Amino acid sequence: MIKLINVYKEYPRSGLALKNVSFHLRKGEFAFLIGPSGAGKTTILRLIHMVESPTDGEVRVSGYSSMRMKRRDIPRLRRRVGMVFQTFRLLRDRTAAENLAFALEVTGGRRSEIKGKVQRLLAHVGLAPRAGAYPDELSGGEQQRIALARALIHDPVVLLADEPTGNLDERASRGIFELTRDINSAGTAVLMATHNLDLVRRYPQYRVIELADGAVVYDSAGEARESGGES
Amino acid sequence: MASHSVREAIAAFRRAPGLALLSAMSIGLSLFVLGTFGLVTYNVEVTLRTIERRVEVVAYLRDNVSAEQLEVLQNDVGSFPEVENVTHVSKFEAMRNAMQQLEEFREVFTDLEVNPLPASLEVQLRPDYRDPESVQRVAELIALYPFVEDVQYGREWVEKIYQLRRLGGAVAAVLGIAFAVVAILIIGTTVRMAVLARREEIVVMQLVGATDGFVRRPFLLEGFITGLAGGALALLLTYGAYLAVNGSLIDLEWLPPLWATLGVLAGGILGLAASDTALRRHLVTYA
Ligand SMILES: Nc1ncnc2c1ncn2[C@@H]1O[C@H](COP(=O)(O)OP(=O)(O)OP(=O)(O)O)[C@@H](O)[C@H]1O
Ligand SMILES: [Mg+2]
Repeated sequence: MIKLINVYKEYPRSGLALKNVSFHLRKGEFAFLIGPSGAGKTTILRLIHMVESPTDGEVRVSGYSSMRMKRRDIPRLRRRVGMVFQTFRLLRDRTAAENLAFALEVTGGRRSEIKGKVQRLLAHVGLAPRAGAYPDELSGGEQQRIALARALIHDPVVLLADEPTGNLDERASRGIFELTRDINSAGTAVLMATHNLDLVRRYPQYRVIELADGAVVYDSAGEARESGGES
Repeated sequence: MASHSVREAIAAFRRAPGLALLSAMSIGLSLFVLGTFGLVTYNVEVTLRTIERRVEVVAYLRDNVSAEQLEVLQNDVGSFPEVENVTHVSKFEAMRNAMQQLEEFREVFTDLEVNPLPASLEVQLRPDYRDPESVQRVAELIALYPFVEDVQYGREWVEKIYQLRRLGGAVAAVLGIAFAVVAILIIGTTVRMAVLARREEIVVMQLVGATDGFVRRPFLLEGFITGLAGGALALLLTYGAYLAVNGSLIDLEWLPPLWATLGVLAGGILGLAASDTALRRHLVTYA
């Protein structure tokens, strides 16, 4: 469903961010992406979201290929791939409900459907009572819940999460993590970049892909040797 | 879809009404300069056309020309493609005209025993053939007839009219382009500021999978509306200038409706084009 095939990514000034990265994330799978700062975790998520294209190799996402990607196909791909960030990226001048409605509106959602869908999503992330609150009136954990709800508006096949708990305390982190587990058990694959190794250790049943210096150095699914790092 | 763009564009005006007003005003001012120039150009055109209508070739005839010869000549000249109409002025009519126009000489004329004024053909040219070359060509052709004594036409001022018009066209083009550029820069800056002000929203739009068209449309609409408002303002200012000058300094004619409409529309299109350029340069892709 998501497949990276011998992917290289080179940035003009900082050189190779990814070196020969290959892995295959299957439908409904849950995988952690770990590795030290600068290892290339965010770069991988950006390649999957097609914000960047690989310098070499191929990224395949749900039927789309980075090699044949047209600019006008990108919006459709993004609706199949939800994404959340450490910094939430909510619009501060809109309430929780308005943030969700905005995402539906700008992707051509029908007005008659928007209200109901927003309410369902808010209930899904446990924030129905805070619908009218602005991001600044919500805790970090609550803001991330809204961001997760926004990532789910088009029922994506995969959720990309870039250090979703990076700005949260222990308790809020656990809440967010449990929510992503719920989302995953409903059938959405999850690829989560994280520095929280405690979390990773606590869930040994989930796949772990470890990066170092732009290369895959460990993959608990056993693909590391064929695809991975030369170091 | 469309309603979203409209709402967003209106929201943009609401969010920064001062900025919107400022940019509409600067566009209005630039187009006002163009408008004034259009007014002047138009009036010069009108004047030139009335002057031009007087462009004619006068053929003075020998006294011994016969009625048949006169008819042949009149028919021949009348069938030239350049010629609009031919009027015969007899010796008698020439004298009468002269007496009317030159009152001081009325006595002198009355005392004359023979009428010294020749009969003539006044040849009016079609509008397309009032340029110096055509006028000269027609004059030379008429001069070939043996019973034509002399042919006269206002050669010098025909040429002057044409020079004046060419100069006017060039000045209008240069000024027009200069002010259009200024207006485009101003609208471009406005749109750039609007894009920056809404960067967060644009990022979220791209994040959740809004199409490029959807992201761009509100800004394009905003530019178009700002441009239209500027165009309307320019029209108003130009009309003000027309009212101030007309009658007191010189008599002017107001612009024809088509010019006015096109001018306002030009503002809108200018705004649209400027927005489009600014978007190409400043639309951030989410990072
Ligand atoms: N837009 C960019 N331009 C140039 N270099 C970049 C860009 N984005 C990332 N890099 C470089 O690519 C490498 C990988 O960066 P990336 O952000 O993927 O790391 P990361 O694993 O997400 O790190 P962190 O844990 O700190 O978020 C780094 O060396 C970084 O400097
Ligand atoms: Mg990162």
